[in-house]
This record gives sequence, C-alpha cells and structure tokens, in this order.
Amino acid sequence: MMTPYTLVDWVLGDGAGWIARFIGAVLVWAVPITGFVSFVGLLSIWLERKISAHIQCRLGPMEVGYHGALQTVADGVKLLAKEDLVPADADRFLFAFAPILAFAGTVVGFAVVPFGPGLIVADLDIGIFYLAAVGSLEAIGVIAAGWASNNKWSLFGSVRAATQVVSYEIPMGLAFVTIAALAGTLSMSGIVDQQQGWIANWFLFRNPFTWIAFIIYYIAALAECKRAPFDLPEAESELVSGFHTEYSGMRFAIFFLAEYAQMYVVSAVAVVLFLGGWYSGIAPLDAAVGTGVAGKLVGAGIIVTKSFLLVCVQMWLRWTLPRIRLDQMLYLCMKILMPFGMLTLVGSTMWEYYFPTPEIAKVGGGWTGNTVMTGVVVAIIGTLSLIVYVRSVIRSTPSLRAASNP
Amino acid sequence: MNAPHIPKAFAASDVRSEEMLLNMGPQHPSTHGVFRVVIRTDGEIVIDSESHVGYLHRCFEKHCESVSFLQSVLYTDRLDYLTSMGNNLAFSLGVERLFTDLVIPERAEHIRVICAELNRIASHLLAIGTYGMDIGAITPFLYCFRDREKILSIFESICGQRLNYNYVRPGGVAYDIDDSMIAAIKDFCKYFRPKAQEYDDLLSNNDIFVRRTANVGVLSKELALSYGVTGPCLRGSGVKRDLRRDLPYSIYSRFDFEIPVGTGERGTLGDCYDRYMVRVREMIESLRIVEQAVSQIPDGPFKTDQIKGKLRPPKGESFIRVENSRGELGFYIISDGKDVAYRVKCRAPSFHNISLLTDISRGAMIADMVAIIGSLDIVMGEVDR
Amino acid sequence: MTPDKVHEILKAKHAQAVSAFDPNPKHPSIKIAPEFWRVVAKTLRDDCGLDYLVSLTAVDRAAELEAIYTLEVMDGARCPIHVRVLVPRDNPLIATVEDIWRTADWHEREAWDLMGITFVGHHNLVRILCAEDWEGHPLRKDYKSPDTYHGIKNNVT
Repeated sequence: MMTPYTLVDWVLGDGAGWIARFIGAVLVWAVPITGFVSFVGLLSIWLERKISAHIQCRLGPMEVGYHGALQTVADGVKLLAKEDLVPADADRFLFAFAPILAFAGTVVGFAVVPFGPGLIVADLDIGIFYLAAVGSLEAIGVIAAGWASNNKWSLFGSVRAATQVVSYEIPMGLAFVTIAALAGTLSMSGIVDQQQGWIANWFLFRNPFTWIAFIIYYIAALAECKRAPFDLPEAESELVSGFHTEYSGMRFAIFFLAEYAQMYVVSAVAVVLFLGGWYSGIAPLDAAVGTGVAGKLVGAGIIVTKSFLLVCVQMWLRWTLPRIRLDQMLYLCMKILMPFGMLTLVGSTMWEYYFPTPEIAKVGGGWTGNTVMTGVVVAIIGTLSLIVYVRSVIRSTPSLRAASNP
Repeated sequence: MNAPHIPKAFAASDVRSEEMLLNMGPQHPSTHGVFRVVIRTDGEIVIDSESHVGYLHRCFEKHCESVSFLQSVLYTDRLDYLTSMGNNLAFSLGVERLFTDLVIPERAEHIRVICAELNRIASHLLAIGTYGMDIGAITPFLYCFRDREKILSIFESICGQRLNYNYVRPGGVAYDIDDSMIAAIKDFCKYFRPKAQEYDDLLSNNDIFVRRTANVGVLSKELALSYGVTGPCLRGSGVKRDLRRDLPYSIYSRFDFEIPVGTGERGTLGDCYDRYMVRVREMIESLRIVEQAVSQIPDGPFKTDQIKGKLRPPKGESFIRVENSRGELGFYIISDGKDVAYRVKCRAPSFHNISLLTDISRGAMIADMVAIIGSLDIVMGEVDR
Repeated sequence: MTPDKVHEILKAKHAQAVSAFDPNPKHPSIKIAPEFWRVVAKTLRDDCGLDYLVSLTAVDRAAELEAIYTLEVMDGARCPIHVRVLVPRDNPLIATVEDIWRTADWHEREAWDLMGITFVGHHNLVRILCAEDWEGHPLRKDYKSPDTYHGIKNNVT
C-alpha cells in the first residue's frame, strides 16, 4: 500500500493501476523535476556569479538581461554550439557516459527531496538511507570521467574524488543516523512532520548535539558537492581542472549542472533534517495555511527558499576559504568529524532518553524546558568558541601578543 | 611523431610501477608563467623533481649588445615585468657607475625611490594575491588587484605606462612629476595603510591558509645561502639581509624602515608562511619609505645636465645590485666607450630562487608543490631573460 | 673581507695562481690562472669566507673567453669581489665549482649555453636557456643566428 502522501496519489486517487501510476509519475514528476534541475542550475550559476562578484568588489555579469540574469542562458547556448571534443586516447564510451552517470546520480537524489507537504516524488520509508546510497553515485561518474580522459591530471582528480567519498560519507551517515534516531523514521516527510510547530521543534534545536550533527552534515555536504574548501577533485590551481580537464562543450556543462543540482539536493536535505522542512517555524502561520493547495504552495516556497539560503552559504564559503590539502581533508573527516559524529549520536540519544521531548512539544506545542537547556549548552559552546577565536586573534597580532605576555 | 622527451635524470626503466612521471607545465595554472617541472610522484607525494626553464628566453643580454644604453633600459622592463621600475633603476645605476663624476639631482633620486617602492608594493600585492589563488582562495586576488590598480594608475599619470614604464633612465628620470601626482601618492599612502589589515583577515590569519603554508617547503638558512637566494625568500628564512640597508644605493640610507624577517611564527622558520608574511610586512615598510620620500621631495631638475647628446659611458666595467621585490637584481655592464654596451649580464633573483625547488619540494605533496612555487614568487621573464 | 685581504691570503697560499690584482674600490678584481681555479675557489670559500657566489658573467674577449665570478661574504659586510678566469677561445675549459657554490650549477649551464665555456666536471652540463638542439653559443661576438630553426624562418637581418 502506497502512502497517500505523494502527488501522484493525490492526482490519480488511490485506485489507479501500476501502468497509470508509472505514466502519471513520468508526467507529474520526471518532466517537472528535470525542468526544476535546470532552473536550479541556471539560478545557482547566476547567483554564484553575482555573489562572488559582490564578495570580490566587482559587479559580475551586467549586460545580458537584468543584472546579467540571462547570461547563463547565453553561456548554455555557447556550450551547446561548441565542438564535441574527445581526446585521441580516451576511452570513448566511458568518456561520453561519465557525465550522464554523474548527472543521473544527482538527479535520482531529487526522488526523495520534498518540495512541500505531499510534493515528493517517492516518499520512501528509507528516504535518508536511499539518499546516502545514491549520493555517492555522482562520485562514480567523476571517477569514470577522470579515468576515461586518459590524462594524468584527470586521474589525480578522480582518485582524489574517490578518497573524498570514502572520507565524507561516514560522518555524513552518522549525522543522518543521529536524526533518524530522534525521529524514529527514515522517511523524509516523516522527519519533517516531527518538526512542525514553533521553531524550537526543529531538529536543529532539539538538543545540543543536533547542532553538532548539523555542522558535521554541512561540512560533509560541502565535500560531497566538491565545493571549496573541498574542491580537491577539481583543484584548479593544482590539477589544472581535475577530472573535467578534458571535457568541453555540453559534456562539461552537464558536469557543471550536476554540481549545482547536487548543491541544491544537499541543502534541501539539510533543511529537511534540521531546519523544519516546509514548516515556517511559526506555528500559527502553518496552521493558517492548512494542508490544501495553498499549504502546498506556501510549503514549497518555504523549503525552496531555505534550501537556496543554504546554497548561498555554500557559495559564500567557496569565495572566502582557501582549499585544504588531501591529507588534511582525510584528517578532518576521519579524525575530527567521525569521532564527533559518534559522540553526537550517543549524546543525542542519551539526551533524548534522560530528557525526553514531551509529546505536546513534538506536535505543535511551544517552548519547553528542553529548549532552554539546549540554549544554555549552545551558549556555552558559543562562548568557548569565542574564547578560542579571540585567543587566535591575539596570537596572530604581534602588538596584542606582546601586550598579553610581557 | 617524435617520442616524448623524458629528462635524463629519469630513464623510463627506473620508474617503478607505483610511481608516475608528471609533467607540470610549461602550461599550468600555477607555475607562474612558462615554467616546467617534471615530477616523479608516488601517489600524491613528490619523490623527485627536475626544473626546466628557458621557455621565455629572448636574448636580453644579446639585445643589449646591439642597442644603445638608453634603448636597453626598455628591455630591462621586460625582465621582471612586475617590478619594471626596480629594473630600470638597477640598469641606470649600473650605467651611472661607469662614469666617474656623475651627480644625479636630488629630486630625481627621490622620484626614483618613490617609484621603486610603489612598484615593490604593487609587485608584492600581486605575489600575495596569486599566492592566495595557488592555495585556492580566489577572493584575496581581486582585493590585491583593486589596490594594485591604484598604484598602476599613479604610474600611468607619471609616465604614461601601466606595466613597462621605461621611466628611470641613466642620469635621472624621463619626466618630472607634478603636485597632482604627489597628492595622488599621498592619498594612496593614506588609503593603503588600513587595507593591509584586510589581507591579514582574508589570508594571513585564515586557519586553512596557515595549515596549507606553515611547515611546508621549509627553506633552511644554510640551503638558502648556498643557493644564493635573496629577497623575501632569504628573509623568510630569518636572515636579515637587505641591500637597501646593507649596501645602500640611491638615497636609501636616509630613510627609516624595518627589515621584516621570518620568525617561524606559525610553523618552522623558513616555511612558505614566513616567506608570505615577509612580503605582507614589507609592503608596509615600503609604504613608510614612500611617505618619507614624498614628504621631503625637493624642487629642482629631474635629470642631470652632465649627459649631453648620446649616452656614451667611459670604457670600464661596473657591477651593481639593487634590492628588487624578488631579491638582488644585479647588472654587470662592460663598456668599451661606445654608445652600445660590450656585454651586459643580468643577475636575476628569480633564477637563483627557483633553482632550489628540487631540494625543498622533496617529500611534499602535489598541492604543496604549488604552494612552494607560489611562495618563491618567480617571474619567468626574469628567469629566462 | 676586503679585496686587499683576499689578495693577501691568495698570494700567501697560491702565489703562482694570482696573475693580476686591481684594488679599484668601485670594482675590485683578481685574475686567476685557469689551471689553479678549483683550488683557489676552495681557498676563497673556506679561508676567505666568500661563501656567496653572486653571479657568474661570461665575456667574449676576442682571443680569450673570460668567466667573472662575483663573490661576497653572505653574513658580513657587503663588498663584492670579482674573480676573473681567462681561457683560450679555441679550448675553453674551466673546472667546475658547482660543489663549492651550489649557485654555480645553473650559472655554469648558462655560461656554457650562451658563451660556450665548458665546465669540466659539471654533472649535467646541458643547455638551460636555449632549446636543447640549438647550435652555437649566442653571446659570442662571432655568432651568426641561423637562417631557419625547425622550419621557422629567421626574418631578422
């Protein structure tokens, strides 16, 4: 029995046969999702250009369309018109197949990413698990691309991608498990449902450990998207262009699109797991819009906006931070994020055992003593970080350093 | 088709199956020009490397033997094209040294110092910016270019050129500067001083940057001395040597400035971070020199009237070195009394600095290799001449 | 280390090697006979403390080729001294000093490349600035640039 939570059920009703369901799914989902991926790509690329430009005291594209809004379309046309180059010694089949694999690996992730209440392609019972499984499919495309190019720099890029996958997947999985343990379900809509009500019900604020889980997840997500400071497989200044050195034209564009689609997927997952999904965090507002068409639209708006905010944070980080080294990435993922991930899992479950969230708070209540406790712990962590930061500033500023130890 | 050239040091047979010969350059984003290193790697680790230079060789020394001294100044622009003022200054000083009683007017000396130091700031800005880019931070690069642009605009108003100035010439400078240019320089000094903090915030104190550069590419004092490394690379290893202080040329002895040296503050003495920090601090010291020179610039002629007609230095030999932004730039000039030099030898700092790449990159990772090349801050125009 | 002192030490240790001395304060130079160059170089570094080879300049002196080694004390007062070694043009052989000053490695390659002085004992005396298959030594005064190079015509007259 399918859960009546998905749009196909909503449109077709419960009694439709599997052929009708299949055709319905294609029409209702595959076409719009592909369109949405393209839209996400175009919008993110434009956003990235503008954000990076304003971070770097520039204007970015200004000529094509309003503030360069159509620049990406123009670039897409340019890339389409480019010659389709395959290096002489490349593995032709794999070379052509790799971008498709990478893109498909990203797009299948959209299957479990909700766009609003009920607006989800397949509300699988194992939603997060599925996501963790297909999330690394893109890396296989990347590895294949580097291998097929028959270029040493590309090979370095693909080996780095493989190394990166094995290191970020574990902390990311631990962050998933932390939330799954709290929610008691792996289903995406099930997880979102537990975060309705006030903002305090978001899993981010559920207990102090979920804060850490969120940070761990977000760092791992940056690595999954191959974004700075984890852009090792591309590493423009080191590996020329890494795995896509030999790619040009539309094949390169597909890699590019896959990267931006991936950014959206990981951000949307962060929103679902930690930031209340399609709920606004203001209980009366959610109650007012209801669950009808208006509710779906408002929910979709909220979740897409939240996701794009996180995408913007990724861009902000990329244009601020230098790139870390391969061994440092391994160190970070294996020796810092992984132990903290374990700690988070154990801590979060124990917290939930000793200070269980009251049922009333779970289903739309208000602020609880638990929230206050979480706030206190977060404040302590924040203060400690501030102290560490101030110490590092003092250490790095000669005049202050001289003043602090005479 | 010819078989690909494999350098002598590595015959194909002695590469074990786990190792890989990686040809970095001559076209590579981070070799700062057409520089080629053949790296023997074990995974990402550099076992050995061999540098190849010469892709940009254009017979500077031969040119100087066929064009007049004044025309040679133009060619010096193209050596270290980021510090053209310093190159002009070095060559002019070398030619002037051939004369016995040439007196350069005070105003010209001041203008020379101002231009050379502004150019040093511009050059270090580029070095810092591209170094950030090598490490993967793209934004600092544009911040540096924003400020460098202001210096280039000042140069444009002074001599009409933004990159290859041909401004400092034997006997003085090519054109006088007027009050509006002095005002622009003063404005720049006021503007730039607080900006240095921005670079510290973006790069110097960035934890990732520190971890990428500290303890990487450690250049010990002994190794630096044995290879004749000079400039920020040598000072980064903790050796307080600066020709502006040790063997003052022009009027540098009159100015008050510090010589920043590496202290190993974030890692080992002589690592990439030290070399980087020396450059950051030198910009401020150069700014101090500019401020002092601008405030005491006298009136008077901007070139000597002792040279009339064609520039014909007397027969003889001279050797001059100046502290350029990359190290000691030297010219050995032999004149046989004609208006064309008999022989000009250029002692290029980058040529020395890059020659030790093999020694300090052994055991590093490929990402470190990029960091090391960036921290040595080479300009291939000068290495290959 | 003043030039006079260097001259004194060399005179004491290798009297027959020093063939001329010019104490000109602006441009002090000592001329060394080529057959003694290696031992003199060791003395210069070890006894005189001239541990910094600033530059190696090769000059075409018609009948002879000259290598000018500019030396200095790294950790001391700045006072470069120029050591001249002249060798006959038809057989320009100078002993290498790459193991004495490591700077000499690339500089000797450059002098070989551009001036054609052979540094005996250098471990890797190949062209450094010109292409590996380049013919001739461009900085010699009698050098004629080739008419073509790999099919590229030389338009310079």
